[in-house]
Amino acid sequence: MCSNGPVLLDFWESPYGQRVRIALAEKGLEYEYKEEDLFNKSDLLRKSNPVYKKVPVLIHDGKTICESLIIMEYIDEVWSDKVKILPSDPYQRAQARFWADFSNKVCECGQRLWQLKGEGQEAAKKEMIEKLRLFEAELGDKEYFGGDNFGFVDIALVPLTSCFYTYETCANFKIEEAAPKIVAWAKRCMERESVAKSLYEPSKVYDFVCFLKKHFGFE
Amino acid sequence: MAETAKLLGTKGSPYSHRAEVALRLKEANFEFLHEDLAHKSDMLLRYNPIHKKIPVLVHGEKSIVESLIVVEYVDEAFDGYAILPSDPYERAMARFWARYIDEKVIPAFWMSCWTDGEMQKGFIAQAKETLTTLEGQLKGKKFFGGDSIGFVDLAAGMVAFWFGILQEVAGINLLNEEDYPVLCRWADDYCSIEPVKESLLDRKLLVAHFASKKEKIFATKAPVYD
Repeated sequence: MCSNGPVLLDFWESPYGQRVRIALAEKGLEYEYKEEDLFNKSDLLRKSNPVYKKVPVLIHDGKTICESLIIMEYIDEVWSDKVKILPSDPYQRAQARFWADFSNKVCECGQRLWQLKGEGQEAAKKEMIEKLRLFEAELGDKEYFGGDNFGFVDIALVPLTSCFYTYETCANFKIEEAAPKIVAWAKRCMERESVAKSLYEPSKVYDFVCFLKKHFGFE
Repeated sequence: MAETAKLLGTKGSPYSHRAEVALRLKEANFEFLHEDLAHKSDMLLRYNPIHKKIPVLVHGEKSIVESLIVVEYVDEAFDGYAILPSDPYERAMARFWARYIDEKVIPAFWMSCWTDGEMQKGFIAQAKETLTTLEGQLKGKKFFGGDSIGFVDLAAGMVAFWFGILQEVAGINLLNEEDYPVLCRWADDYCSIEPVKESLLDRKLLVAHFASKKEKIFATKAPVYD
């Protein structure tokens, strides 16, 4: 059976995959979701992303597109008649790309936060707080990073917010104390159907991270 | 916008090179402001407070940072030469391979130069794999961008010009014509393009620069591009 619509190879907990799910939902696009077992990757995933063998991968018109932010830009350009994810002004686009890329650094920092202990964890916590405060300054009093419009940076960052409980529990701190505007922004985003349907309960994310810690020996 | 742009950078930096070549391809009016990275200017710190790095493009009081973001901005803000393709899938591929160069090709090669023993062997194996993968993307084309240079060629500028210099200083021989004939041919062709030539320092100067910093780089693994 051949489908002309997009196919998304993904993993439920992946914040990178969630970005793509949110983007597709914001555009109102139908697609086929294929859940990958990351401990037993499918031949389709290995063939579609031979370089990294990672999710998410978007398969569209017989072509494969990898890397979540690159997929988001592709979706925005192909379905340009739908609501825009990126602004049209070149400078605003550059800013959006910068902050979306910066959210990748928050994610990397978050991984160190739950993988490390002692000094390493403290350093990761300090870095996380610093980065979230920079995001807070960028958000200012806007409803979204995209201004009135929920956009590229919002979609890039929001999946990480369901990891906040995990970061707080592992490193013993409260993100709301450090970056209250980000927490408030996250709550606003969760009111959007695209976000609510793509993100998982923070406690479920925490349980999964605990499983990873045990499995990879990070305890 | 007809206003003259300012590019804060250094001639020794492959990242600054990307931004400079993009501006030259567009025949944009710009002023190159050379940064002393040991004594960063107020202007650099003001326009890139988060990373404090070059290149920084200042265009009408607005600043754009991160070399590949600068290149995309230049492509969109200035008319003329098309740096990225127009087809969405081809654009996605260009972005993917540019990112691959930054995340895999450059780090593996860099660490191959500045480590030793078993660690170096590991990095050399990685570097060989990434260079083979990158070479595969040329697939019978003159440039990564096709008949003319594009986004991925600019991203790979470090491979074309800096890799030969670094390996000479480090005393290794990774990127050579025997092992990577297509990539080496591309490197020569890339460096012969006029806007690229205009942005490159004299090779001997760059060799001398890295040679003088060799011990420091070996110890810290941190790049020193000015």
